[in-house]
Amino acid sequence: MKLHEYQSKRIFARYGIPVQEGEVASTPQEVRSLAEQMGCPVVVKAQVLVGGRGKAGGIKLARTPQEAEEVAARILALQIKGLPVRKVLVARAADIQQEIYLGIVVDRAAARPVMMASSEGGVEIEEVARTHPEAIKKVHIDPFVGLRGYQTLWLAKGIGLPPALHRDFGRIAQGLYRSFVECDASLAEINPLVITPEGTLLALDAKIVLDDNGLFRHPDLAELRDIDEETPSERAAREAGLSFVQLDGDIGCMVNGAGLAMATMDIIQHFGGMPANFLDIGGGARADRVATALRLILADPRVKAILFNIFGGITRCDEVARGIVSVLDEVRPNLPIVARLVGTNEAEGRQILESSGYGIITATTLAEAAQKAVAAARTH
Amino acid sequence: MSILVDQTTRLVVQGVTGREGEFHTRQTLDYGTNVVAGVTPGKGGQFACDGRVPVFDTVREAVEATGANTSVIYVPAPFAPDAIIEAADAGLGLVVCITEGIPVNEMIRVKAYLDMKGVQLVGPNCPGLLTPGQAKVGIMPGHIAMPGPVGVVSRSGTLTYEVVYALTALGIGQTTCVGIGGDPIIGTRFVDVLALFEADPETKAVVLIGEIGGNDEEVAARFIAERMTKPVVAFIAGRTAPPGKRMGHAGAIIEGGTGTAAEKIAALEAAGVRVAEHPEQIARMVAEVIS
Repeated sequence: MKLHEYQSKRIFARYGIPVQEGEVASTPQEVRSLAEQMGCPVVVKAQVLVGGRGKAGGIKLARTPQEAEEVAARILALQIKGLPVRKVLVARAADIQQEIYLGIVVDRAAARPVMMASSEGGVEIEEVARTHPEAIKKVHIDPFVGLRGYQTLWLAKGIGLPPALHRDFGRIAQGLYRSFVECDASLAEINPLVITPEGTLLALDAKIVLDDNGLFRHPDLAELRDIDEETPSERAAREAGLSFVQLDGDIGCMVNGAGLAMATMDIIQHFGGMPANFLDIGGGARADRVATALRLILADPRVKAILFNIFGGITRCDEVARGIVSVLDEVRPNLPIVARLVGTNEAEGRQILESSGYGIITATTLAEAAQKAVAAARTH
Repeated sequence: MSILVDQTTRLVVQGVTGREGEFHTRQTLDYGTNVVAGVTPGKGGQFACDGRVPVFDTVREAVEATGANTSVIYVPAPFAPDAIIEAADAGLGLVVCITEGIPVNEMIRVKAYLDMKGVQLVGPNCPGLLTPGQAKVGIMPGHIAMPGPVGVVSRSGTLTYEVVYALTALGIGQTTCVGIGGDPIIGTRFVDVLALFEADPETKAVVLIGEIGGNDEEVAARFIAERMTKPVVAFIAGRTAPPGKRMGHAGAIIEGGTGTAAEKIAALEAAGVRVAEHPEQIARMVAEVIS
C-alpha cells in the first residue's frame, strides 16, 4: 500500500528527519490562503500515488498568493497517469544547493534491507541505476545488529558529502531505517534530500510503500489507504479476501491459484485475446467465493466472455462444478461462459456443467479453453 | 530415493487443531505419512484427528515424546514467525511453513535466524512437499502424483498440481514435488532444490516452475549452466502481467522494470533450459528429455 508524500513526510518527521512539511489543501482558495500565511514563494505539489508528477505538470512554483491559487486550480484539474488530483501539498519553497538520494528497500536476493544513497538526487533511482550505476552506494543491513555508524559514514563519503554534514546524514539514515522497520515498509525513500545554502539537510520529498502483509499490526497506517489506489472492484475483492487485479481486456477470468491465474492470462493473450482481470479465488473453489468473484467480473461492463479455469485437487471437479452451477442459479450471468475443470473427477465435473442448462462451453485443455473464450468474446 | 521428505519423516503439525491444520492433517495421515504429533499451545494432552494425533503445548515437548524430525506449520500469520523459530529451537532439521501473509520484515529476521542455526525452512506461503508413495507434508493433493524419475520445484500451488497431474497422466512419475512458495523472502530457493535434485540418483530430469518477481530464476539459470548435468524443463508464469501490480503472491511483482518473465526466460534459455510457452507443453517436453 502506497502512502502520499504528505503522509510519508509526517511519519519521517516523527523519526527526527528534517522535512519540508507544508499543509494539504483541496481547493485553489485554500492554497491561496496557505500561501498568504506561509509567505511566498511556495511550491504546490499534486498528491497522487504515481511517479513522474513533475513531468506531468503536477509540481509548480508560485511567487505570489494569486499565482499559487492559479497553479493550484490547474493542478487540481489534472489527471496524472489516469488518477485525478484531489489534494495538493503547499510548502514554503526551499533553496537548493545540491540534491541527493537516500532510500531503503528489501533486497530479495540478499534477504536483507539495503540502504542506497546517490549523489544524483531528484531523478528516479532506477534511472540512475541504468545510466550511472557507479553513482549509487549501497549497504546491506543485518536485521540483528541494525544499521551501524560506520555504514552511514561509508555512504556519506561514498556520495561525496561534505564532512560537516556526515553526522546529520547519519541521523537521517538511522531515522529512515527505524521508520522502515517500525512501519513494516517495503520501501522508504527521500528523493531528493537537499543540501540548503545554509549547509543543512532537508527532505523535500518522501515516499513510503507499506507491506500489505504488515498492515494487520498497524491499524493506524491501514486507515491511510487512498481510495484511488484501487478500482472499486479491487477494493471489493480485497474486502472479500480475493486476489484481483483489474486489466484492460474483455475476457473475465476466474482461476484458483495465483500461478495458474497468471498462466491463464498469458495463454489468452497467446491466442489473441485480452484478459479483463487477474483473479485468484484461492484453493478449493468454495461456492461463496465463486459467487463473489463472478459478481466482480460481471460488474465490469467491458467483459464479453468468462473463462473458468479450476484445478480440482483436494476439492474434486464434480464438487467444484456443483458449486459453480449453484452460483449460476443465483447470479444468472447473461454472457458466454467457457469452463475448464482439470484434476480429480474432471469428466464428471464437465458432465455436470454441460447438463446445467446454462449453455456452458466446456474444454479439456487450457489451450482449447483459451481459444474458445477468445472466440466467444469476439462474437458476443 | 527422493529429497527432503520420505518414509523416515516423523512429522509434527503446528496448528493441528485449527480448521486448516486439522483438515490437511487428515489428508496427510490418509496418505500414509508418519504424523507423530501436533502442537497447539493450551491444548497439550488432547488428541486431534479422531484420536490419531497426540497434541502438545510446545514443539519441544512433542519432539521429546515422539522423536519428530520435521515440522509443518498451519498457524495464522501473526503467530507463524514464533512457530518457525520454536521449531528451529526444538532441534528440528526441516521446517515447512504453509502460512500466507507473514510481514516481510519479520521473515527477514526469521530467515537470518534459521540460517544461523543451520535449519532448513521451506516456505512460507507454499503448498509444501510431496514424495509420492512415501510422505506428504503440506497441502498438495496426494493422489495426482506417482513415484518416478522427475523432480518438480515451483513457486506456485495449483499450477504445479496441473503439471504433476499431466506428468502422471503420461505415466511419468515424480521423485519429489517441492513448493518453495510465493513470498519475496523464502527459506529454500530454486538453487537449493536444484542442488538436491542434482545429487539425488533417482531424479533424471527436473521441472522448474517460476513466475515474475525477484531474480531467483536467473540465479537458478546460472546454477544450471555451471553445475547441473540433468535436463531441466521450465515454465514462467506472468508474461503478460502489468508492472507494479502484485499478482496474487506477495512476491509476484515487476518492480523498477526488473523481475519480468522475459528476463527470466532469456536467462533460462541461455543456460540450455527448454522453456514451455504454456503449461500443457511441459509434460510432453519432459517425456522427450527423459526418453
